Amino acid sequence: MPSTREIRRRIRSVENTAKITNAVQLVAASKMRRAQMRAEAARPYAESMRGLLANLAGAGGDGQDPGPLHPLLERREVGKTAIILITPDRGLAGGLISNLQRHAGSLVLSPDQGGDVSMIPVGRKGLDYFARFDVPFRGEFQRLGDYPSLDDTRPISQIAIQDYMRGEVDQVSLVYAAFVSTVQQRPTTVPLLPVEAPASDDGDAAAEVEYIFEPSPEAVLDDLLPRYVEMQVYQAVLESAASEQSARMVAMRNATDAANEMVGDLTLQYNKARQEQITSELLDIVGGVEAMA
Amino acid sequence: MAKLTLEIITGEQLLLREEEIDEVVAPGSLGELGILPSHAPLVTSLQAGSLRVKRAGDEDDFFVSGGFLEIRDNHVKVLADAAERGAEIDLERAEAARQRAEERLRGEATVDRVRAEVALRRSLMRLKVARRRRRGRADMPAGSGGAE
Repeated sequence: MPSTREIRRRIRSVENTAKITNAVQLVAASKMRRAQMRAEAARPYAESMRGLLANLAGAGGDGQDPGPLHPLLERREVGKTAIILITPDRGLAGGLISNLQRHAGSLVLSPDQGGDVSMIPVGRKGLDYFARFDVPFRGEFQRLGDYPSLDDTRPISQIAIQDYMRGEVDQVSLVYAAFVSTVQQRPTTVPLLPVEAPASDDGDAAAEVEYIFEPSPEAVLDDLLPRYVEMQVYQAVLESAASEQSARMVAMRNATDAANEMVGDLTLQYNKARQEQITSELLDIVGGVEAMA
Repeated sequence: MAKLTLEIITGEQLLLREEEIDEVVAPGSLGELGILPSHAPLVTSLQAGSLRVKRAGDEDDFFVSGGFLEIRDNHVKVLADAAERGAEIDLERAEAARQRAEERLRGEATVDRVRAEVALRRSLMRLKVARRRRRGRADMPAGSGGAE
């Protein structure tokens, strides 16, 4: 049985831990709101772009076999794959990071992958983890901050596009933590390159609009595709920022709850120990009095 | 007569969404282009320049650094790489960007000349939009009609 003083010290230490986890939780909660708002704000652009691309992909070929209008749309036989892995820079985010690492690991390190795989890690947690394995990096990014801008993420897509155009990779995928809800984030893989032209979402009505393209459909596509890729990377980064903050908030709330519960248990233990001590002291006194009588 | 609906969207936000617009003048990649209601469906890429929005008795200027413009059913959608309201451009910052770009152009050919030229162009357009805004509308350049 630990002494009352030891128990008191432990209570104090657990209380301090609870204070810290609570503070981290509050910070994460406010950052989460902002990160979610930013992800939300980027959506109209991405959606309009998707619509444009769907229209363009339909318009290019005069109804014949569309074929690859642009090198970024061209599907090659896949030999070399690159994976852009977006992770947080910092831990204290519950299972989020290890889930991401495991998910990416299954893509990168599995023996049946066959072809060669390289990575572009974004964020320190993915970088540190895969630095231990024999995986070549095409580029690495960290410290994008809690609210990365389009300018911050642009170099990521530029590396991907460049390596793809040079034929150094035949396929690029994005791996990130998709934001499902505040309590759920799911590691997700989405194909980035070659660009999959989205089907026009508003049905046949859109397909029938005959657009004039200036200067030409090819030229517009040439401008549009790199931006489309940029936008996809940017959105994935924004979403994973929101995922990170909400995972951290939930993890820290659980930690705070657990710490408070522990304080309760320890207090009970402390009171018992104190009572036992008093009882034994009383017995001593009573025993002494009886001996004197 | 029908009016236009205009949306200016950047990667980071929806900058403007407004109905009841009479005319939009945009910096198309083939030259400035004026859009009136009932325009044919069109998609064009944009170059850095000023986007003017005219509505009943009023006019607004925006700077766009490039992007795309889509017209369909009197709905004008501008997907801009970056866009700013003329009134919100920070003159000092824009001026600093111009000087930086000019310096880089004067330097040796080691720097990426094309990029510097683009940066200079962008900063000049930004300044132009900002200045016009500040001078008021008295001396709008006449005949700002477009290619169409």
